[in-house]
Amino acid sequence: MAFFIQLVVTGLAQGMVYALIAIGFVIILKCSEVFNIAQGHFVLIGGYLGYTFLVPFGLPIWVALGMAIATAIVMGLIIERLILRPLLGEPVLAVIMATIALATILGGLATLLWGGEYKPYHGLLPIISLKIGAVSLPSESLIGLIVSVICVALLMLLFHYTKIGLAMRATAEDLQVVQSLGIRATTVYALSWVIACVVGVIGGILLGGVSGAHIELANIGIKAFAVVLLGGVNSIGGAIVAGIILGMLENVAAGYLDPLLPGGGLAQVFPFIVMIIVLVFRPYGLFGLARIERI
Amino acid sequence: MAIFPTKLHWGFLLVFLIILFACPFFSSDRILTLLTMMGIAVISVHGLNILTGFCDQISIGHAGFMAVGGYTSAVLCAKLGLPFWAALPCGALAAGIVGLFFGLPSLKIKGFYLIMATIAAHFIIIWTIIQLRSITGGPDGLSLPRPSIGGIALSSKTNYFYLVMVVTCLATLLAKNIVRTRAGRAFIAIRDNDLAAEVMGISLWSYKLQAFFIGCVYAGVAGALLIHYFSFASTDQFPFFDSVWYLGMLIVGGMGSTTGAIFGAVALRLLDEVVTMAGPVLSAAVAPQAAASLALISHGLIIIIFLIFEPRGLYHRWEMIKAYFRLWPYSHEVAE
Repeated sequence: MAFFIQLVVTGLAQGMVYALIAIGFVIILKCSEVFNIAQGHFVLIGGYLGYTFLVPFGLPIWVALGMAIATAIVMGLIIERLILRPLLGEPVLAVIMATIALATILGGLATLLWGGEYKPYHGLLPIISLKIGAVSLPSESLIGLIVSVICVALLMLLFHYTKIGLAMRATAEDLQVVQSLGIRATTVYALSWVIACVVGVIGGILLGGVSGAHIELANIGIKAFAVVLLGGVNSIGGAIVAGIILGMLENVAAGYLDPLLPGGGLAQVFPFIVMIIVLVFRPYGLFGLARIERI
Repeated sequence: MAIFPTKLHWGFLLVFLIILFACPFFSSDRILTLLTMMGIAVISVHGLNILTGFCDQISIGHAGFMAVGGYTSAVLCAKLGLPFWAALPCGALAAGIVGLFFGLPSLKIKGFYLIMATIAAHFIIIWTIIQLRSITGGPDGLSLPRPSIGGIALSSKTNYFYLVMVVTCLATLLAKNIVRTRAGRAFIAIRDNDLAAEVMGISLWSYKLQAFFIGCVYAGVAGALLIHYFSFASTDQFPFFDSVWYLGMLIVGGMGSTTGAIFGAVALRLLDEVVTMAGPVLSAAVAPQAAASLALISHGLIIIIFLIFEPRGLYHRWEMIKAYFRLWPYSHEVAE
């Protein structure tokens, strides 16, 4: 039983980070109807940025975090202006291929700048440990959990109590109405990319703190897609719930089934199996809008 | 409509084919390898073109379906001792059947959701191949005998080049003709407006699955040719990036055009070759990892540049050039 609870708790912390990354995806999708395949590569860049600012630069954690976020903001603005703006109104395939190409370029940049090597930096984040009964929560997971909760709360405040948040929600609802009210849709798009980059980079630093920065961090983005599909592509709350569900399921499934399979590695393919099942039986996810479209 | 409207077109084709098949007499091994790889890519992109370009069922799992075809024929050859000529169609058929299975979600979903389903298909296929260690050799790979047809060993590069080129020509001819049949016209109707197509009595259920089957059979043939070329099967030959890259070829060449598929495959394989040649130079000049990153960055950039500046691909440019000469000296009549 303790083993099970341990798996669930670790999964919870991991799932919260997935949820954070998935939220970046959902925000872009809601505001500009772009499916951003490159979300995982923001995480990758974030992991390496965390390494760069913490280890070679030797900055304290808060300054490093600030610098990484500043870099993420610039990155988001550049990406939106150079790649997504010219493709406004193009068909779905063109935009998705552009974000895939963006993912490729970011992967290439990571290889060029950091050699695509494994760069560990755990131990540099502050250490908090928690132990309840037989279940212990590693410090990194706990930090991931706390930071993710704070970020999600901040985003919720932004959406519900600021004017630009209102504009973003309105754009998600109806582009034409927003434009006729004199809100600049392009500003909203740029902001949505900036938010996506920032949450991706924060997620990258959190995950990098657990396992070190390495090129495989980009695959977390693919897990985030499974989260997004399970939660419903246009629901932020759904992303959080689904992130936690998937994080737990993945850990429990890997914990119990991996010893039974010869090759192991179920955790890697698990999100895809979830994805196929969700797509076939409930394409709009748990909390998404069920669009009535019979084809 | 005829494939070739005038005798001149036939003439051009004949000249092109003669030059192509004469290649082994005056080109080096390296160029033959490049042409063979181009041929395999062309076959694969034809399949993707029928599926994505004509029927609008976007697939980013094409390398996975190639792996199914490749591994099926490899296992049949290596474990059961089937001859090459029998194993190749079996591989193609297996890929088609797996494609049918992963095409099932397309009946309910489209666009982004279908993309995610096909990405999932790629990873699930590769994972399954690695799991079936006793049959496929898992991560260690599987070596197989050199292919031969009716006593002619296909071990030399020249012989294999001829095999791939003949298959490529047949595949192109077939692709050209498939889109002129009833099924092909149904694909185009589904692409242009699925609702209207259904109202007109086209069974979406049947034709979408047919598109998946045909597209994946092409992928299976390409995968089998690829594996037999190396006489070694490994999942590393079918990375996820290739799945993306075949779609990139289609975009660069021009969606929904058989000629465009050839243009795209040839152009991007050439780019690969340039990157491979420039890589060592760059690695020596900048940093050891520059070669790998150059490949990734150039691939990404070329797709973005085409999407933004030439979304209809090289084929559209080719048609414009042809129209320019046809209408000369009134070339300003060339309309967009």
